[in-house]
Amino acid sequence: MTAKPQEPSVEKVTTEEYKYGFVTDIEADSAPPGLNEDIIRFISHKKKEPKFLLDWRLKAYQQWLKMKTPEWAYVHYPPIDYQDVIYYSAPKAGPKSLAEVDPEVLKTFEKLGVPMEERAMLAGVAVDAVFDSVSVGTTFKKKLGEMGVIFCSFSEAVHEHPELIQQYLGSVVPYNDNFYAALNSAVFTDGSFCYIPKGVRCPMELSTYFRINAAKTGQFERTLLIADEDAYVSYLEGCTAPMRDENQLHAAVVELVALKGAEIKYSTVQNWYPGDKDGKGGIYNFVTKRGACRGDSSKISWTQVETGSAITWKYPSCILQGDNSVGEFYSVAVVNNMQQADTGTKMIHLGKNTKSTIVSKGISAGKGQNTYRGLVRIQPAAENAHNYTQCDSLLMGDKCGAHTVPYIEVKNNTAKVGHEASTSKIGEDQIFYCQQRGLSKEDAVNLIVNGFCKEVFRKLPMEFAVEAQKLLSVSLEGSVG
Amino acid sequence: MLVIKGLKARVEDKQILNGIDLTINPGEVHAIMGPNGSGKSTLAHVLSGRPGYEITGGSVTLDGKDLLALSPEDRARAGVFLAFQYPVEIPGVNNTYFLKAALNAVRKSKGEEELDAMDFLELVKAKLKPLKMDESMLQRAVNEGFSGGEKKKNEILQMAVLEPKLGILDETDSGLDIDALKVVADGVNALRGKNRSFLVVTHYQRLLDYIVPDQVHVLAGGKIIKTGGKELALELEEKGYGWLTGEKVNA
Ligand SMILES: Nc1ncnc2c1ncn2[C@@H]1O[C@H](COP(=O)(O)OP(=O)(O)O)[C@@H](O)[C@H]1O
Ligand SMILES: [Mg+2]
Repeated sequence: MTAKPQEPSVEKVTTEEYKYGFVTDIEADSAPPGLNEDIIRFISHKKKEPKFLLDWRLKAYQQWLKMKTPEWAYVHYPPIDYQDVIYYSAPKAGPKSLAEVDPEVLKTFEKLGVPMEERAMLAGVAVDAVFDSVSVGTTFKKKLGEMGVIFCSFSEAVHEHPELIQQYLGSVVPYNDNFYAALNSAVFTDGSFCYIPKGVRCPMELSTYFRINAAKTGQFERTLLIADEDAYVSYLEGCTAPMRDENQLHAAVVELVALKGAEIKYSTVQNWYPGDKDGKGGIYNFVTKRGACRGDSSKISWTQVETGSAITWKYPSCILQGDNSVGEFYSVAVVNNMQQADTGTKMIHLGKNTKSTIVSKGISAGKGQNTYRGLVRIQPAAENAHNYTQCDSLLMGDKCGAHTVPYIEVKNNTAKVGHEASTSKIGEDQIFYCQQRGLSKEDAVNLIVNGFCKEVFRKLPMEFAVEAQKLLSVSLEGSVG
Repeated sequence: MLVIKGLKARVEDKQILNGIDLTINPGEVHAIMGPNGSGKSTLAHVLSGRPGYEITGGSVTLDGKDLLALSPEDRARAGVFLAFQYPVEIPGVNNTYFLKAALNAVRKSKGEEELDAMDFLELVKAKLKPLKMDESMLQRAVNEGFSGGEKKKNEILQMAVLEPKLGILDETDSGLDIDALKVVADGVNALRGKNRSFLVVTHYQRLLDYIVPDQVHVLAGGKIIKTGGKELALELEEKGYGWLTGEKVNA
């Protein structure tokens, strides 16, 4: 294997530095680090919240104090000092339109390749950008407003639609659901809110770009999305973050509610800073995402492409309450270098004739560890429930790992549950085959990896699919010798 | 066009090629025959730059250019095409997409304009017909679930699209029934021309009834031990390789 013309095989760690590594310098109006009831009151006061919300936050906080970090996931990191985290920071002036947005903020978006105005106009996408815990721009609101669609920052919704917040907040992910969800419930600063009225098909993809800024600020978004009867919405969430030395905690909660006949498509491309080659820095991404198919014949579909973060702990789930409701989970999770991901889904079948599909594609490179963890539970009342699970792992090199942990609980014997799993190594022979046809090694790897992920990518909206493919190639650059 | 001098190569400490000399002029078809394990595939792989082989001596030039100094993709772009003995499956990658990416990579390297989807489709459909391949093959994943015969035809389709200078066919005939063999041979013959050469590796004389070679070489123990005209293939068919290698070997 030493002759000069032939290339050496297998891994050489990535040399690609994080592309989006830069920090915006913006004066933050921050709370002191640490967490106690006063901090929660401070946040709630800053945001001029109604009492019910403050009370709810405080209940969550009390609950959180009694809870422990979950330790069952296959991820390892030093303990987090929650008293060292800043729970609130905001740009000083609260801009009401794009024109008022700090030019530096806009510049940052541009560096990220997200020229908001342009992107919004060209792609017909409404953008609700969360920048440092406070929403700075909401476009296309008017057009959506005419259809009765509400799409705004969470704080705005708290003021303008408190009855919806009160009715639905915590109805899918209760404040005491788990350690991170409880923490989020206590200290969340902002996020997105979306309501699609009865019978309305939202005519555009709703899109949110998240960005973490200001050193040492935990980011605790809260997203609540409600599709009323026979409504339809496709929602996109994407993010990328600046280079950072210290680990950043991110604990978001996303709640989806689909009423009778409604359909929600929720797509995520996650590209937070994964840390350097040695695993230094990088985002800790502990997210609780759950959707309730509350009405009959409703449908919730999660599609995620997870390439970033040092640690990912995330299980977008569906509670299939309504008869004939459908839950889907399509996932691509990539780990490279020292990244760790423990991700999957929970499909809880409660109603009759409920159906769920799980397609998980895990790619491991470098020294990355990738775990699929999935639960399929068929409750006694769920007559004729169906589940199909497919779980494939692709290994690049031999220092990485892939793990599959399926939990299947069937309490009704009319259920049909099918599980398929595979693990393969990216083949030197596949790469050579492509090269022999004239493709470069990098192109060959991208082609093979994209082929592996195809079933998931085809579920993404067009422009997102293109972005996802690019992300994948950046994430894996240099991972095969 | 292709000049191989004293080529020696080994795999994992096992010397396989022991000094190969071979010159193929433009437009010529050379056949390489030889017993199992004699190094035929190794020669094909070394010429196309497959990783894992160590070149321990000799040289290979294509139109005067040092082939061994090039990466596999640069060899392909320079006009070396290998029809694999065992074509590889690439799940999820559309056959058309793959071929278009390959053709455009080759074109780009030559400073030619890349083809758009429409033009490419027209081109590939025209190449499909003589190979009696169904258009649905284009929409399937590269070689995935293809029958043995379909895989071999797909290799020839790729060659027809990429129009190489040198086509190396590694046992393209193995696993083909007689009808498929004729179709494949016709496909290759249609590509013959004064600027395109072929190195046809085969185990059986049968293929050479259809693709008539200018020269036949016998490879044994990593060396060319005999060279002759197309009659040599017939002679081998009759006598086996034993009379050349001095051992009893089954053809
Ligand atoms: N990767 C490898 N490792 C070890 N031995 C190999 C490898 N590839 C080929 N060989 C050996 O090299 C010899 C020639 O193989 P090959 O070129 O495939 O022969 P042919 O194509 O003529 O049947 C055989 O003895 C084979 O076992
Ligand atoms: Mg062989």
